[in-house]
Amino acid sequence: MTQQQQTAGGDVRLAGISKTYGSFTAVQPLDLTVPQGSFFALLGASGCGKTTTLRMIAGLEEATTGTVSLGDEDITDLPPYKRPVNTVFQSYALFPHLDVAENVAFGLRRRGIKSVKKQVADMLELVQLGDFARRKPHQLSGGQQQRVAVARALINHPQVLLLDEPLGALDLKLRRQMQLELKRIQTEVGITFVHVTHDQEEAMTMADTVAVMNGGRVEQLGAPADLYENPRTTFVANFLGTSNLIEGEVVSTGGDLVVAAGGGKLTLPRERCSAPTTSGGRLLLGIRPEKISLAHVDDADCIAAGRNRVTGRITDSSFIGVSTQYVVESPAGGALQVYEQNIERDTRLVPGAEVVLHWNAAHTFGLDAAQDIDAGASSVEDAE
Amino acid sequence: MSLTEAPPAPPSQPEELRLRKPSTRKRLVPYWLLLPGILWLLVFFALPLVYQASTSVQTGSLEQGFEVTWHFQTYVDALREYYPQFIRSLLYAGTATVLCLVLGYPLAYLIAFKAGRWRNLVLVLVIAPFFTSFLIRTLAWKTILADGGAVVDVLNTLHVLDVTSWLGWTESNRVLATPMAVVCGLTYNFLPFMILPLYTSLERIDGRLHEAAGDLYATPATTFRKVTFPLSMPGVVSGTLLTFIPASGDYVNAELLGSTDTKMVGSVIQSQFLRVLDYPTAAALSFILMAIVLLAVTFYIRRSGTEDLV
Amino acid sequence: MPVLRWIRRNLIVIAGLLTLAYMILPNLVVMVFSFNKPNGRFNYAWQRFSLDAWKDPCGVADLCGSLSLSLQIAFWATLGATALGTMVAFALVRYRFRARGAISSLIFLPMAMPEVVMAASLLTLFLNMGAQLGFWTVLIAHIMFCLSFVVTAVKARVMSMDPRLEEAARDLYAGPVQTFVRVTLPIAAPGIAAGALLAFALSFDDFIITNFNAGSTVTFPMFVWGSAQRGTPVQINVIGTAMFVIAVTVVLAGQVIASRRKNNARP
Repeated sequence: MTQQQQTAGGDVRLAGISKTYGSFTAVQPLDLTVPQGSFFALLGASGCGKTTTLRMIAGLEEATTGTVSLGDEDITDLPPYKRPVNTVFQSYALFPHLDVAENVAFGLRRRGIKSVKKQVADMLELVQLGDFARRKPHQLSGGQQQRVAVARALINHPQVLLLDEPLGALDLKLRRQMQLELKRIQTEVGITFVHVTHDQEEAMTMADTVAVMNGGRVEQLGAPADLYENPRTTFVANFLGTSNLIEGEVVSTGGDLVVAAGGGKLTLPRERCSAPTTSGGRLLLGIRPEKISLAHVDDADCIAAGRNRVTGRITDSSFIGVSTQYVVESPAGGALQVYEQNIERDTRLVPGAEVVLHWNAAHTFGLDAAQDIDAGASSVEDAE
Repeated sequence: MSLTEAPPAPPSQPEELRLRKPSTRKRLVPYWLLLPGILWLLVFFALPLVYQASTSVQTGSLEQGFEVTWHFQTYVDALREYYPQFIRSLLYAGTATVLCLVLGYPLAYLIAFKAGRWRNLVLVLVIAPFFTSFLIRTLAWKTILADGGAVVDVLNTLHVLDVTSWLGWTESNRVLATPMAVVCGLTYNFLPFMILPLYTSLERIDGRLHEAAGDLYATPATTFRKVTFPLSMPGVVSGTLLTFIPASGDYVNAELLGSTDTKMVGSVIQSQFLRVLDYPTAAALSFILMAIVLLAVTFYIRRSGTEDLV
Repeated sequence: MPVLRWIRRNLIVIAGLLTLAYMILPNLVVMVFSFNKPNGRFNYAWQRFSLDAWKDPCGVADLCGSLSLSLQIAFWATLGATALGTMVAFALVRYRFRARGAISSLIFLPMAMPEVVMAASLLTLFLNMGAQLGFWTVLIAHIMFCLSFVVTAVKARVMSMDPRLEEAARDLYAGPVQTFVRVTLPIAAPGIAAGALLAFALSFDDFIITNFNAGSTVTFPMFVWGSAQRGTPVQINVIGTAMFVIAVTVVLAGQVIASRRKNNARP
């Protein structure tokens, strides 16, 4: 196969690209580079502009400003059928009047390739649908339709494969399976994948790089682990997983930052704070629920020195198998979430119990207090 | 045919278990629902066809009465005498159907994909002509196509009439009372029957399929040829049927806009039945027309593979 | 050439609008010629502007009589065809029974039959039975050919109806009659209304079948037909224009009200 040569197209570069419909701005001017061969995810709630961005790369939407280039070539003014880019559409858009093989062969035939049989067979084999070539789309299950949609796009050896919520129509279990499947295919063919999703878990499982979008802007871009550990805005902190955000006043900026909150003092490493800090200024301290340990108030003395600690009372606990999730009401910051591994369960930790939350200060991150503390917190449910 | 039938309702209340009778009563419900309508069609649609079949093989006269003599010669005579009218009917109806498809498709496409917020207004405009009696509107064509009128003048200046006259569609400087006027009237009268089914099937097409085709290297023209048109086939088939069937039996356009040289078979049936009162010949003609249309329709539906349309 | 490019880009829109113009043109002619004062008996050539016909729409003998007869026949034919057709449609969608295929064909055939064939065969029946041609034979004929169209319209609607809605109604303590009246009928109503409207239009405008089976009774289309031979009074155009204007106004008003309601329903 001549794949290597065909996929050597280069990076996808968006420069100052934006989209407005009348007075509504769907995408703010945006610069973005998707490195060649990467699995790139655009993550955000519905209406954040991620699908519009994708459609501008595909050529299905005309950009209001800015340019799209592929490698060194400016493709902004090319119609979709002249772009070396293919899309896996949301709910697939399979041609209902054509069978699976003809759906997959569609793009090849349009480019005047006559002998498509072998390629189609190979491609159906890759997506494990060899026996379904003569079925019509409506005779397939959701997962099979999804694989046909991927095959139909991939067979053209596009320089970039665009996936618009490709797993949105599948149930949870199938979705997990297809996530791994897509990841496998991407590794196998080495094509750049740009994946649009509202599911943060899906984005983190599959992508090398995730761009979190909100209100037509990219809020933050980075590797999944980096985004999770070092969110720079409250939106990212809340949208990617769960964060406990505690507001406090900066009391010391020498060495580590020290912040007064809820009657106690908490410290965090200076390099983990994305906001400007001055003594006396406000700051949001963030800590992920799984990083917190929970101790009954009677055992407070056993907690090692140097750890951040906050007192509170358990108001709710739910057992979910691998862990138990607690909600702790604390003077420091309202209701805090704590996830405890179910290794040795302390039977005293029931609703009503007075507890001390403690964690390694190095796990704390700092955010600008001038933001909406709840931004992105409920967006995941809204997006469905 | 419908696959969405509800299963027969299971008897639910336990205390009614001893009563098996209501279920037989329930079984009869569809028959009671069907009875009046089906009876009506049997008596006033099917039975008349039988009467007509019998009339077509009768001989006799109005004064002495007719009786069944299995005189099939009537069919042979009728065909021999009136085959030009049959051929003309099929030719005119066929041409009008093709014209309806060619003219109607862009409009249906426009309403389905391009009209945006004007969609409802355009739809109303398509249906609006129905609100004036079609006879009045057909008479209006007499004014539009009148000798020396604007339309004829323009066609004359552009030398279109020279070409059509050479083809035998028009005569010298006239449009009225020529085949072209009749076909024009037929096309006009049955256009909505073409546009509405076309629109319905076009409107059902998922817009993303167009995008998907474009994404897969199909130019707009290819997208139309490979995706839009095939998916609109149900509309094309039902539209052509709804146009061709009534057009083939129509005699209003031929009588109002044509001349004695453009008479269609409907005119003959009408005058045999209502003026000449030669019932056997009229019935035979009517039967032949029915047979031709049904054969054509069956063949067409088979060919286009849309049997599920019925 | 930018002009040519513009035309090429908008070819479909241009072609569609031309077709639309072709469809509307005769209506405009009818409207304009309702203000004509023709010289002879025929109203085909423009002479001069006049409001005479509008001042006296019933001024021609038998015109308004035929109009009222057509409206009466259309009303009763609609009522009959809608009632019978709705019942058949429900039976076809909701029940299993013998001879389903035959019954479906019987419904389909009248729509696949040239009108003149139905007209002629129905006349042979009436002649053989010695029936008196007139109001009743026309009404019978109209119910017959409207029936299939009503069945098709209602069937489409009932088929797209979720049967779980009726199950939900039964689950919420509605008996069979209540389920039908409170749930099934309201949901099927648009289909029934569409069928009824179609039936009214078909009946009111029918000429061929009526012409065969009316005897000496004259409906409005028959009056127009006769006048095409004897001389077309301007009043025909007045009636045609009035019908057109009233119907379009009603439809547009309905649309405006519907869109208002939709806007108001939004919080």
